[in-house]
Amino acid sequence: MRKPNDVIIRGVTKVVVVIIFTFAINLFISGHHYPGGGFIGGLAFSSGIILLFLTFDMESVRKNIPVDFKVLAAIGVLIAVLTGVGGMLLDAPFLSQSFGYFELPIFGKTELATAVLFDVGVALAVIGTSLMIIMSIGDDR
Amino acid sequence: MNGSIPSEFLPVLLILIGTVFSFLSAVGLIRLPDVYTRAHAASKSATLGVLFALVGTFLYFLWEEGYFSIRLFLGIFFVFLTAPVAAHVILRSAYRANVELAEQSVQDDLKEVLKKE
Repeated sequence: MRKPNDVIIRGVTKVVVVIIFTFAINLFISGHHYPGGGFIGGLAFSSGIILLFLTFDMESVRKNIPVDFKVLAAIGVLIAVLTGVGGMLLDAPFLSQSFGYFELPIFGKTELATAVLFDVGVALAVIGTSLMIIMSIGDDR
Repeated sequence: MNGSIPSEFLPVLLILIGTVFSFLSAVGLIRLPDVYTRAHAASKSATLGVLFALVGTFLYFLWEEGYFSIRLFLGIFFVFLTAPVAAHVILRSAYRANVELAEQSVQDDLKEVLKKE
């Protein structure tokens, strides 16, 4: 079969994927005070990777992102559980969260909350699960 | 919000222009004969309509609320980049699937090129 010439969609995908990943990280960071959070940030991130799957073939994307997504989902759940256990170690109930204000070198006065760590776990679990579903449906073998 | 007239006028005008462009795009989608001319209407004027509406919203929030919405800014860039490519890919797959051109079309240069390969 003749190989189709798809230079336009490849060229645009290389630019657009950067915007999608930036937007996913923006959604993830802004989840504490604005709409967003781990779930939708993870979904936006995995939609960027799915766009890469659609444009380039699946093998080359998996070679460039050498992550086993089953392990990624498991690590996400583990992080989410460990943040809950971390509250128990400090004599507080399971999954109790705290926050504080710190002076960081570049960002200035920044609010850091332990809920972000829980959100990291949620985002990793969502990315791993959605990409695992897509890849196990999409692969022939 | 101080409700000053000049800073509200331009966003209102831009959003109105955007709405009119989107309406014209929908009319073109109904009235044009085949898939290629329809995609011509749908991609160009709908993209421009969405762009005008987004720029109007962006300027409104920038001037009235003093809020630089980075998401709207990225959205404007993103729509401007992706909507023509989406139309290109749809039309390409339509041509490869042998969708007929409209009856009054006179020339098909791409058929010669594809036959030669």
